[in-house]
Amino acid sequence: MSDLTRRTAAELADALAAGETTSVEVTQASLDRIAEVDSAVHAFLHVDADGALAAARAADQRRASGTAASALDGVPVAVKDVLATEGLPTTCGSRILEGWVPPYDATVVARLRAAGLPILGKTNMDEFAMGSSTEHSAYGPTHNPWDLGRIPGGSGGGSAAAVAAFEAPLAVGTDTGGSIRQPGAVTGTVGVKPTYGGVSRYGLVALANSLDQAGPVTRTVLDAALLHEVIGGHDPRDSTSIDRPLPALVEAARQGATGDVKGLRVGVVKELTGEGYQAGVQQRFDEAVRLLVDAGAEVVEVSCPTFVHALATYYLILPAEASSNLAKFDAMRYGLRVLPEGVEAPSAEEVMRATRDRGFGDEVKRRIIIGTYALSSGYYDAYYGQAQKVRTLVSRDFAAAFEQADVLLSPTAPTTAFKLGEKLDDPVAMYLNDLATIPANLAGVPGISVPSGLADEDGLPTGVQVLAPALADDRVYRVGAALETLLTDRWGGPLLDRAPALEGASA
Amino acid sequence: MTTTTTPGVLSFEDALARFDPTLGLEVHVELNTASKMFCSCATGFGAEPNTQVCPVCLGLPGAMPVVNATAVESAIRIGLALNCSIASWCRFARKNYFYPDMPKNFQTSQYDEPIAYDGFMDVDVDGETVRVEIERAHMEEDTGKSLHVGGATGRIHGADYSLVDYNRAGIPLIEIVTKPVRGTREQAPTVARAYVAQLRDLLLGLGVSDVRMEQGSLRCDVNLSLAPAGSDVLGTRTETKNVNSLRSVERAVRYEIGRQAAVLSAGAKVVQETRHWHEDTGITTSGREKSDAEDYRYFPEPDLVPIAPEREWVERLRAALPEPPREHRARLQRKWGFSDLEMRDTVGAGALGLVEETIAAGASPASARKWWLSEMARRANEQGVDLAELAVTPADVARVQALVDEGKVNDKLARQVFDGVLAGEGTPDEVVEKRGLAVVSDEGALSAAVDRAIEANPDVAAKIRDGKVAAAGALIGAVMKEMRGQADAGRVRELVLEKLS
Repeated sequence: MSDLTRRTAAELADALAAGETTSVEVTQASLDRIAEVDSAVHAFLHVDADGALAAARAADQRRASGTAASALDGVPVAVKDVLATEGLPTTCGSRILEGWVPPYDATVVARLRAAGLPILGKTNMDEFAMGSSTEHSAYGPTHNPWDLGRIPGGSGGGSAAAVAAFEAPLAVGTDTGGSIRQPGAVTGTVGVKPTYGGVSRYGLVALANSLDQAGPVTRTVLDAALLHEVIGGHDPRDSTSIDRPLPALVEAARQGATGDVKGLRVGVVKELTGEGYQAGVQQRFDEAVRLLVDAGAEVVEVSCPTFVHALATYYLILPAEASSNLAKFDAMRYGLRVLPEGVEAPSAEEVMRATRDRGFGDEVKRRIIIGTYALSSGYYDAYYGQAQKVRTLVSRDFAAAFEQADVLLSPTAPTTAFKLGEKLDDPVAMYLNDLATIPANLAGVPGISVPSGLADEDGLPTGVQVLAPALADDRVYRVGAALETLLTDRWGGPLLDRAPALEGASA
Repeated sequence: MTTTTTPGVLSFEDALARFDPTLGLEVHVELNTASKMFCSCATGFGAEPNTQVCPVCLGLPGAMPVVNATAVESAIRIGLALNCSIASWCRFARKNYFYPDMPKNFQTSQYDEPIAYDGFMDVDVDGETVRVEIERAHMEEDTGKSLHVGGATGRIHGADYSLVDYNRAGIPLIEIVTKPVRGTREQAPTVARAYVAQLRDLLLGLGVSDVRMEQGSLRCDVNLSLAPAGSDVLGTRTETKNVNSLRSVERAVRYEIGRQAAVLSAGAKVVQETRHWHEDTGITTSGREKSDAEDYRYFPEPDLVPIAPEREWVERLRAALPEPPREHRARLQRKWGFSDLEMRDTVGAGALGLVEETIAAGASPASARKWWLSEMARRANEQGVDLAELAVTPADVARVQALVDEGKVNDKLARQVFDGVLAGEGTPDEVVEKRGLAVVSDEGALSAAVDRAIEANPDVAAKIRDGKVAAAGALIGAVMKEMRGQADAGRVRELVLEKLS
């Protein structure tokens, strides 16, 4: 394995700035690594070697002439296939969008390009981001680099696995109910869901508009902050985007990395621990909390009683919005078109029906049906309307908790990575993966998942989640970086160093 | 028209003898904003298909709407002009249904939180005032336009294939919905027409829309139901779409009254449905059945933030509203010196704005009214179009009148000038030039013609010499005939009298 692929984005940025390497070398190293391991990992749905190398050459020219576009100019990145990329296929993991090449860039993608980050390709995901294992991708599952027989989490399993397998130093994911943080936890990587409105959703193919947020998927907290500062900030094309400057995230990550948490009030959410959490996950979580206490933090237990209703609430709001969002996939303008069999001169409606029947997978259909039902007249108040009320209560629970604590902590996911296929036939068991991550999406608050160790029982990664009040994204970076420092010191090196080498002879 | 019946249609009089009509009008107004409701695409009419589109109005995956602030301002001004309350906080909602001309398969509209609600407009009909209550005015986006190619009807059924033009998709629309209008009886058709005409004048005055019915920038759906005469209950309604001229509004109401009356009189039930208006045949035909169970699964649009217009801003907009149409009319009537009847006829013909513009272009009030209400009204009627749709502008009319005043053409020639203008031959001056319509004012030629007329009619000449001036008409007629009408009759008369004095 090339040494370059093991480096963090921050290290690569320094090396590029110092002229010790070139973006072409770094990008080629990633492409080589992808060629080497991705047939086993399947993190990517599409690799754009030519485009990435062209962008790398341009970055090298800027570096050479002293006009770097950003701190990360020349550091390659992988992008979840739910973000529109001009000239690059965008499938959302669905057959229905097979072959669609968007004529425009998502704002996040445009910002990556403007900052000079070569885009390596598009990463695998559960179809339309519906899932917690990436097994619902129409193009086959992604495999967890820690154990290729296990899931990498989802929906952004491709982005997390790409980073965990050293195929990319950086990736962008999206998080509707945990799709950045839960894959981060089960792959031993870092994932951040920014404050709702903190990163533009323009060009993000919506799953649930009121919940979706794009964010960084990386190996270190500092890298996440660096990437967040590139993609974040106000966008006039997204009406829900926050019109104020981002907090100083990189600075917060650097401060936190000193490990100093004196005076920090840490709230442990009673409803997000204990029952339902795997023993090894809980154990690593308790240790992480103890490390913070040892470093000077004050720990309080907080209660957020409505969190127990968060999952049910989420599974009404999400399908409702999704059922409407996905209506546009009708074979009329782009994407798959299926003509119904045995029908001569089919009508537009018949083509729509046949296409949607063939083009959508079971999980997508399940949620369209639930959402359509939840919005139906006569049921709206009982389901969608009621869910919005509970959502308000979840926000109030957060507000009350943040009066007692600066940040809230919980395990990110209740279990370590499970085996491929294990929960595929049990949707509710699959949904439970996001138990701890969903409340943040309902309330729009930011959260980070950082590796907390390996579970004793299976030796697989576990994650700890740090949540902060809306707009206080800097706080999740400060505390996330402190945890990372304290834990890494304890481990004697990054957790990912203990992941199995995927390559053969070239190690 | 009032007594003609076709199979299945009761005469208007018979229908009203047995039933009371209830009207409801839904008017869609395309705003004339430079850009669309939720993106920056241009809105010009008549561009090449699918050239004024972008990821947002094409509903491409990932694209997001941003509200056009000017459209919101226009919506509020319309609401205020219709005496509506303006919501202090409201949202857009998604109206979900599948149709190929809807890029997202939902229309971004407003549902239970319209920007404007509970207003009214006082409509003048035959010298009476009828108050039409406004239920709501809300913002939404237009759909694309389907073109069904092949087949006889231009409808989707029987078409070989269909094309969709998305230039119109996302154009800002304001939907103005009346409350049920009851008790108008035989005036129902004229009330409907007058309401739309007055609404059009109001929108024109606000400057928020081109209000060109023939281009679809003002579209009217007519809801109509019948109840047994004297009954309080409302009957089953139909919604007639595609009613795209003032004349059609009136005709469609009249037709539906007759049709529904026939259905009910035969003991059958009126089907709640959408019906299509056919301008050419003057009838409505059944469209899709529209039951109350149709479920659009409305929910608040999560990609947009609520609209919360500040009170101060709304009050500023209110203060800056133009004069309301009725006050405007009263003032104009005084200024122009029209009688009540003249004013009513002018308004009734939908000519108020045209007359006003013609006067602004220099014509006298009387001449402006005369041209529009006689000559132009006759031509519009012949062509089956509204006055405003005639290919003649107020400026043209004013110019023709100026030519008359200058003695360059007489009334008869003026009508020929209008023929030319309507035929697309150019401006009035160009038509006069091309058709050689100028009055002969060459004194020598006129004088010679008069001499010839006197010589040819010695008896008449003698009478005039004897003081029977009234007899001059015969000589003037002879001269005019010789000059093919292209002479100033007044001058001819002067010459005749001079020569025979």
